[in-house]
Amino acid sequence: MDADEVLLRTLTPTVIGILVRRGADFAAAEDAVQEALVEAVRTWPDDPPREPKGWLVTVAWRKFLDGARADTSRRHREVLVEGEPEPGPGEAADDTLQLYFLCAHPSLTPASAVALTLRAVGGLTTRQIAQAYLVPEATMAQRISRAKRTVAGVRLNQPGDVATVLRVLYLVFNEGYSGDVDLAAEAIRLTRQLAATTSHEEVAGLLALMLLHHARRPARTGPGGKLVPLAEQDRGRWDTSLIAEGVEVLQTALARDRLGEFQAQAAIAALHADAATVEETDWVQIVEWYDELVRLTGSPVARLNRAVAVGQADGPPAGLAALAGLDPGLPRYTAAAAYLHERKGDPATAARLYAEAARSAPNLPEREHLTRQAARLNAQLRG
Amino acid sequence: MAKYLLLKHYRSASAPAPIACEPMDQWTPEEVSAHMQYMADFATRLEGTGEFVDGQALSPEGTFVRYDGEGRPPVTDGPFAETKDLIAGWMVIDVDSYERALELAGELSAAPGQGGKPIYEWLELRPFLSAPPTITE
Repeated sequence: MDADEVLLRTLTPTVIGILVRRGADFAAAEDAVQEALVEAVRTWPDDPPREPKGWLVTVAWRKFLDGARADTSRRHREVLVEGEPEPGPGEAADDTLQLYFLCAHPSLTPASAVALTLRAVGGLTTRQIAQAYLVPEATMAQRISRAKRTVAGVRLNQPGDVATVLRVLYLVFNEGYSGDVDLAAEAIRLTRQLAATTSHEEVAGLLALMLLHHARRPARTGPGGKLVPLAEQDRGRWDTSLIAEGVEVLQTALARDRLGEFQAQAAIAALHADAATVEETDWVQIVEWYDELVRLTGSPVARLNRAVAVGQADGPPAGLAALAGLDPGLPRYTAAAAYLHERKGDPATAARLYAEAARSAPNLPEREHLTRQAARLNAQLRG
Repeated sequence: MAKYLLLKHYRSASAPAPIACEPMDQWTPEEVSAHMQYMADFATRLEGTGEFVDGQALSPEGTFVRYDGEGRPPVTDGPFAETKDLIAGWMVIDVDSYERALELAGELSAAPGQGGKPIYEWLELRPFLSAPPTITE
């Protein structure tokens, strides 16, 4: 991604905010800014503007007026622009925060909220979003239009719920990487930008969580997209500066003593990051953080992960006992059971469970990983 | 979001539905057109809801092909025109939930046949394997 593209993406929410302050409704402002972005991508390489933000505002406003030409209120809008002061830095930050809330509005489906956030807050083009999610551009364009119609009646100055915004950003991050847009990096950028406009502890918690997981990315996949589990990763390939930043962001948030699920998850990731070798992992503390996470969320997935951690801290039988109360239909339940049975010294059961887990794996690298585990144990059993 | 493949099976002999459906070439031209229009409208509607990915119809006759050793041409078998279970086409959708995928598959299965009545076509719903998530622990 070149410098212009970074700049364009960063300026997008600010410019939408300026257009809305001038009297444009959100949907029209967003369309106008998107058109201006497309024009910038086309013309800036040969003819860079002296004032990128001023250029974007001018071009987007012109696009907006073009779009509204048939509209009888056009004259009114032009009058409005006269004497309208540029928003100050504080107001621009408020505008950006409001855009996050609007794009993650609870009336939107998760997929719509993700698409709208990437376009209006992230400054990505519809084509880039479509490529990242492997759907045709026309489908993504419709998804975004519908999302904009859904929030058409929402006023931009209403306070929103940070938790809904965080869920959207988490989804973008967890989608991983496909196409030429790095969604994980994009999610980090958007979470950083959000952290700059609000001091909410969970925003910091999510940012720390993302940084700590992103730090492991170079070590997480082997040749051909092969999944390398945490215990087998080459920790020398973890990004230490991302880890340092993640730990610092997390510690600042934890010091304020308002714990939330993302801070707890980040704490678990930080404990893994802190271990120079897998043997040095502080599983007792990790179990304690999972206890917090279960208390905060009641999530069955957190209980499942806790059972695996208990298996490390107190031995496989304790882990299997922790697993016993959970729904076997949970994603990755069978894989966790297979792992604990192998560590308990029951390769036959483990092999059968790994094979079963492979059949219901939700993605190809995981399926292949689980199949290899089953194959390894079966070969061992044959002697 | 999750992607699903809708495989349109045409099971002439094993249809459990109360409607006995003759092959399409026994329908009236208008009935054939109405059936095709239903598919096209369905795809257009899904594009409008932001859920359409792709879809194609397939020729009913296919050929089985397999490798036959170094330096030899591939072995072919078929076509098998009399198969009881042929795949007439497919559609890929991108939806928020499994429930939504079921709902859409049910709608597509209600495409009209003779007399404008739904043909109760069997559709097989298969989830795509996605990219692995970043956070699993």
